[in-house]
Amino acid sequence: MPTWAKTDAVADVLAILPQQLVFGLALGTVYGLVALGYTMVYGILFMINFAHGEIFMIGAYVGWWVLALLLRAQVGGLHPAWVLPLMLLPAMLFAGALGVGLERFAYRPLYLRGATRLGPLISAIGASIFLQNAVMLTQGARMKVYMTSLLFPRSWRIQIAGASISALVIVMVVVAGLMMWGLHLLVQRTTLGRSIRAVAEDREMAAIMGVNVRRVIAVTFFMGSALGGAGGVLVGLYYTQIDFFMGYSAGLKAFTAAVLGGIGNIRGAMLGGLILGLVESLAVTFMNPAYKDVVAFVLLIVVLVVRPTGLLGETVAARAKV
Amino acid sequence: MLKLTDVVTHYGPLRVLKSVNLEVRAGEIVCLLGGNASGKSTTMKTVLGVVRPTAGRVEFEGDRIDGLPTEVIVRRGISLVPEARRIFARMTVWENLAMGAFTRQKAPAGEVAEDFERVWALFPRLLERQHQLGGTLSGGEQQMLAIGRALMARPRLLLMDEPSMGLAPVLVDQVFDIIQAINRSGTTILVVEQNAPVALSIASRGYVLQNGRIVIHDTARTLLATDSIRRAYLGED
Amino acid sequence: MAEPGFPRWAAAVLGLVVLVAPLVAPNDYWIGVMARICLYATLALGLNIVVGFAGLLDLGYVAFFGIGSYLYTFLASAHFGLHLPFLVTLPIVIVLTACSGILIGAPTLRLAGDYLAIVTLGFGEITYLLLINLDRPVNITGGPSGIVGIDPPAVAGFALSRNTHYYYLFLAALALTLLASARLRHSRIGWAWQAIREDELAARAMGINTTVAKLQAFAIGASFAGIGGSFLASWQRSVFPENFLFTESINILAMVILGGMGNLLGVVAGAALLVSIPEVFRDLQRYRLLAFGLMLMVLMVFRPQGLLSSERRSQEEPEPEAGAEASSA
Repeated sequence: MPTWAKTDAVADVLAILPQQLVFGLALGTVYGLVALGYTMVYGILFMINFAHGEIFMIGAYVGWWVLALLLRAQVGGLHPAWVLPLMLLPAMLFAGALGVGLERFAYRPLYLRGATRLGPLISAIGASIFLQNAVMLTQGARMKVYMTSLLFPRSWRIQIAGASISALVIVMVVVAGLMMWGLHLLVQRTTLGRSIRAVAEDREMAAIMGVNVRRVIAVTFFMGSALGGAGGVLVGLYYTQIDFFMGYSAGLKAFTAAVLGGIGNIRGAMLGGLILGLVESLAVTFMNPAYKDVVAFVLLIVVLVVRPTGLLGETVAARAKV
Repeated sequence: MLKLTDVVTHYGPLRVLKSVNLEVRAGEIVCLLGGNASGKSTTMKTVLGVVRPTAGRVEFEGDRIDGLPTEVIVRRGISLVPEARRIFARMTVWENLAMGAFTRQKAPAGEVAEDFERVWALFPRLLERQHQLGGTLSGGEQQMLAIGRALMARPRLLLMDEPSMGLAPVLVDQVFDIIQAINRSGTTILVVEQNAPVALSIASRGYVLQNGRIVIHDTARTLLATDSIRRAYLGED
Repeated sequence: MAEPGFPRWAAAVLGLVVLVAPLVAPNDYWIGVMARICLYATLALGLNIVVGFAGLLDLGYVAFFGIGSYLYTFLASAHFGLHLPFLVTLPIVIVLTACSGILIGAPTLRLAGDYLAIVTLGFGEITYLLLINLDRPVNITGGPSGIVGIDPPAVAGFALSRNTHYYYLFLAALALTLLASARLRHSRIGWAWQAIREDELAARAMGINTTVAKLQAFAIGASFAGIGGSFLASWQRSVFPENFLFTESINILAMVILGGMGNLLGVVAGAALLVSIPEVFRDLQRYRLLAFGLMLMVLMVFRPQGLLSSERRSQEEPEPEAGAEASSA
């Protein structure tokens, strides 16, 4: 190490930096995954699905239940290769279905009505509060523990450049990365993806091309929510504890990521997630961890005020007021 | 093929179409003329089901289509080249054309490939630019793309909303030549236009729409020839 | 000050009922509830100015409530050893809270709709985080355990002690804020706000200085919260960060929406409903938020103009199926 770096404080920081970067990377990919849910819905409906954080949270709970059931049934030979998909799939399906239900009953009657933004947003907030409390009442207010170490023994890790990277982190990054890539392919290469982009760009014209706009919106909600649910499972595994309130701050952070990258832009969401994850980890290295969340909020405010279109976004047409 | 009977359409509280009667027979080119705010675009939207008529009937090939959702109406064989092109700027030329063929997903793959070939033949410039984003094309190229996109659906009836708008005169002539060529290969066309002389030069019949009502209906030749009509309704609005 | 359709005699009767309420209340607890209604109604009227009059969707209004409360606490408790008299503290808090309104409102000026909502939400969260964490390195806010030992309001040696005293104080403040709101609505500022709410671009084209008008809305709305905050601190004799969570912002917003945004008496009624109904169903306390969330959804789907508003669904013109173009027909 260079002499100037050998002073204690700086040396301390440099020593944990690689580890923090790893944490940042892991978190960042998951933020990106959840952010995709916000960005897809916003891209197609110009509304913020405030309840998306709760969908993420419910995904985490579904994953927990699968694992708990397996443990209760005393199934032996638990290996993430088959347990992880078994956790992810129901979580994603349930989350997706929940998203579709929300769209159908809490949002569609509202956005069909007209230009006001207030209605869908308030309804979404209501849905968020409702879901939080529904989970609290049915699952208990105490946190639940993800028995991650049963799936990913602590010994499964590698050391690179002073950072210890656990197998879990690698799996998180790979899974999230694969999902995001899959979504990207779907949106860019398939007919369905094209119809989604068409609806996002010009809903009326898409209908004139023969696209069933309502169905496309429902599919978009499904996919975005499913990804959010997957993010929930991954976060549960990572932090090993989940509670009914985790969706709130996670949701806001994922939203920050989406906005940072340019809301409505899929690659932007992934980029924004990474940046947020890294910034947050680095900030925690240098300052009081209690203010971790403040970092995200400040970043959100700064982005929205200084560059609302985000890093990769284009200018959005002026939207209607309350 | 297409028949509008006593169609009344509102935009909120505003009665835009007050009583429209219009007919397009198979194989024809018919033009619908009128100035701004006469109701031309609303007529197109009514046919396509984008807005629902408050009264009257819209029939296509004998079946009533008013009240049906747009994506259903379109599948019966009606395509639109919209006002101001409205191509998908964030998609490539190729993707725009692919969207045009959206309703033909069940068709054998070879057929859609043929349609692409047909569009490339009609608009070689689009072939050159097939991987370019729609938003980067010039006005004239976007018009070609809009037409090509509409053709990809193999429509039996093609609606065109002000195809000449914003184009240089040379391009306008080109576009209308193409429209004639499309018609000759079997597509019925309804053209909505402000530029009356050009539209009438290729049409067999014309309607003049003013304040939501059809005020004149005659053969194109007669409309072009009659002086007073020309002065009153065409060109001097 | 009569609301449209609200006859004079009904207002008089209501006024009478409200004045004698503590005498007929079943017990002191319910007098406390009535006091709380007045407190929250004042807050709701403040938010009503921002959301209902000016059309600025503020999801972080609780920040002003918290700032007002803690400012009062700094000036009138053992925390910093300041014990300024009530009649001195109140105006100071109002002014300072109004300033915070300007500070928080300023960055939002160019934003609209959803983005405005989220930024204000962010500010609300930051405020909460500051309140809960600013006890080190210097103890400013008392951290998670808050601050206790706040002076009660005292005028001319008479210190408020019973709920009834507080009720009349809060009621007086409510009456004043109602009056102020009504006056504002029909003033030049009020018209400016309405223009901005309808169409900001057009308002600016008409020569309205939208920047100033919006900041005024934030400042005045915040000042009402400053009043409410002072009252909360001096009544509860303590403040905790938990008093100022995001759910409280939504609670107050719900009061404004329930009553019909902009409708003054409706907003007060909304406050009355949202404070008293949970009291009535005390036993079902655990379902309170669940029902609240459901109520918001149902309200927006079925009656977005509020329970008590008589207007048709505003701005909700029936639109053609896939969305209409504004271009010429």
